[in-house]
Amino acid sequence: MKTIDKWLETNTFHHGEFWDILNIIKEKEKKGLKVSLCIPTLNEEKTIGKEVVIFRSELMERYPLLDEIAIIDSGSTDNTLEVAANFGADTYLSADILPEEGFKRGKGENLWKAIHQLEGDIICYVDADIKNIHPRFAYGLIAPLIYHDEMQYVKAFYDRPLTFSSGRRESGGGRVTEILVRPLFSLFFPELTALIQPLSGEYAVRRPVLEKIPFPIGYGVETSHILDVYREWGLGAFGQCDLDQRVHRNQSTNALGKMAFGILQSFLNRIEQFGMVDKLPEMSTIFRQFEAEGNQYDQVTREIIEEERPPMITVKEYRDKFHPGT
Amino acid sequence: MSDELTSLFELIPGTPDSLTSARDILLANAIMFGEIPAPSFGEEGRIRFLSDRFTEAGLVDISTDEVGNCLARLPGKVKKKPRNILLNAHADTVFPASFDHAMAVNPDKIIGPSIANNSLGLAFIAVLPTILEKLGIKLNSTLYLLGSTRSLGRGNLEGINFFTQHFKDPIHQAISVEAVHAGRLSYSSLGMLRAEISVQVPEETAWHHFGRISAVRVLNKILNRLYTIPIPREPKTSINIGMLSSGNTFSDMTTSGAIRLEVRSEEASEVARIHGIIDDIVEETSLENRFPVKMEIIAQRAPGGIPFSHPLVATTRQIMNHLDLEPTMAPSVGELSALIAQGIPAITLGLTTGEHMNTMEEAVFIEPLQKGIAQLLYLILASDQGLCDENN
Repeated sequence: MKTIDKWLETNTFHHGEFWDILNIIKEKEKKGLKVSLCIPTLNEEKTIGKEVVIFRSELMERYPLLDEIAIIDSGSTDNTLEVAANFGADTYLSADILPEEGFKRGKGENLWKAIHQLEGDIICYVDADIKNIHPRFAYGLIAPLIYHDEMQYVKAFYDRPLTFSSGRRESGGGRVTEILVRPLFSLFFPELTALIQPLSGEYAVRRPVLEKIPFPIGYGVETSHILDVYREWGLGAFGQCDLDQRVHRNQSTNALGKMAFGILQSFLNRIEQFGMVDKLPEMSTIFRQFEAEGNQYDQVTREIIEEERPPMITVKEYRDKFHPGT
Repeated sequence: MSDELTSLFELIPGTPDSLTSARDILLANAIMFGEIPAPSFGEEGRIRFLSDRFTEAGLVDISTDEVGNCLARLPGKVKKKPRNILLNAHADTVFPASFDHAMAVNPDKIIGPSIANNSLGLAFIAVLPTILEKLGIKLNSTLYLLGSTRSLGRGNLEGINFFTQHFKDPIHQAISVEAVHAGRLSYSSLGMLRAEISVQVPEETAWHHFGRISAVRVLNKILNRLYTIPIPREPKTSINIGMLSSGNTFSDMTTSGAIRLEVRSEEASEVARIHGIIDDIVEETSLENRFPVKMEIIAQRAPGGIPFSHPLVATTRQIMNHLDLEPTMAPSVGELSALIAQGIPAITLGLTTGEHMNTMEEAVFIEPLQKGIAQLLYLILASDQGLCDENN
């Protein structure tokens, strides 16, 4: 698919391309943009201090790329907010923002309320559980938006194992992406398979987009964002940036099952909203995955046709053998 | 306390409370340095990051030498024949690259391998130009900043020795920065001998004697004899058995093993005397058993130092008193000895308190850090104004 190849070439970045943070800031100032960083939390006292101290000192004190760092919390029972505030983050309880809209417990709620609370023209969302946090997790996502006016929504992806025996390696997202989301996208929205990790929790988005899209509260927020932005602004609105490796706690298969269930709900909701239920497009038989060589990502397509045999009872020879005379 | 020193304290108003931002910049960099593995002889990643930090801070003459040291220059206001002040920290750690180097940040401390030895110290070298700039401090002197390699263990101070032997300009004063402990004031280096005694029992011998001769038994005999070596009270001297290794299982006879030890003394003659005794023990054991027992010298240092009354030490004590830091005089066997050996007036200072040194739970405490930063800034300012010079 030529669109995907071209998009991969022009809209896929590596954070190393944005090492010159001073230049990003120059461009940001020229365009008069404000940038906010939002970290949604629920009981993250073990990792939040490190994230705040790194982002604040590197991307506010040393390089003024971020105009604010905000923690939006779902009601942690540990010391998440105290630790974050201690290192200089603005902290908010999700329930205190837009109280007239009520409070729902979930990451999507925090992301949604951040739009109202924060001032940025660009909001960068970063999960709180990243063990190997580094400034690239923010500037790698913000920089493409600052440099490319047409881009609206930049997602992170992670890859590049340090050693690999052969030149090429399989690449792509986590288990839920590869088992659920990529097959669904391959069937119904083939262009979206260009996103290497559609479910990654780190992304930067422009305010005019954020204010126009709905936010599922739970697991489906990333999937529905992608579908909504794609429908309204097309593939060209997306960018993706390779942030190298991300170390985080691993989820159990049970937890991934819950996640997949939530994502599937969101996906089917969108199919319904888009009026596609009784007008499903012809299902593609091409399954799209990724292979990478160095920083070069290529889609690998495989035709998978699920052929069917009829019930054996409909086969004459079978009936003659087992049900003679019928 | 001199008027000059008193007026110098006013240059950074509100310390140490006003140094919160400097503290956070230092902490963030300590975390980033700490997460780059840097075993001795494998410091390239850290040195590259240090070099990048120097470039970003606008330093000049940034260079990496043949042994991997990274040096950079922050020019001062005086251009012609300036005073040169050196700050250095070792970049290497005791942890292999394969260990998980992730740092954890708690409200009161940072935990992770190498944070206290010496990621925080190295980070201070990296961020000092940024901190000075933020405080609006422009020195008269030229500041040389050095991240030295191959310091620990078998590295045997190779990096700092290479630097002191090849650097051409005069260094008026030098400060070695260690993460821990705040209040530490090292102005002398001990005589030191670091050695490994290894035993190799031929397998045949071990089996023939049915367990009566094994590497562990021989090592045990050597150990017993090492502990009988007389240690004088004066000059202060010690023998530390730091590592003992042999064997793999419950049931196999041990055929090889090693003892790693360190002799320290205020007097070179005492180190030499003990060295002679250990040589005899090793040779005798080898002859008695008719298999190889060898001693390899890993590192040696000559004792030395500057006097307690030297203005560099005296000024540092006054700065510590001003900050309510209780000075702890502790001789060093680290980079300080290489600097002193070249006749450079030098001291080693620590930035904060720490715990669990050289383990995976190694930690530095955040609260004392602002005082630690303040003490170094004041000392740099004092040195810059010539208050630490002998003829002052």
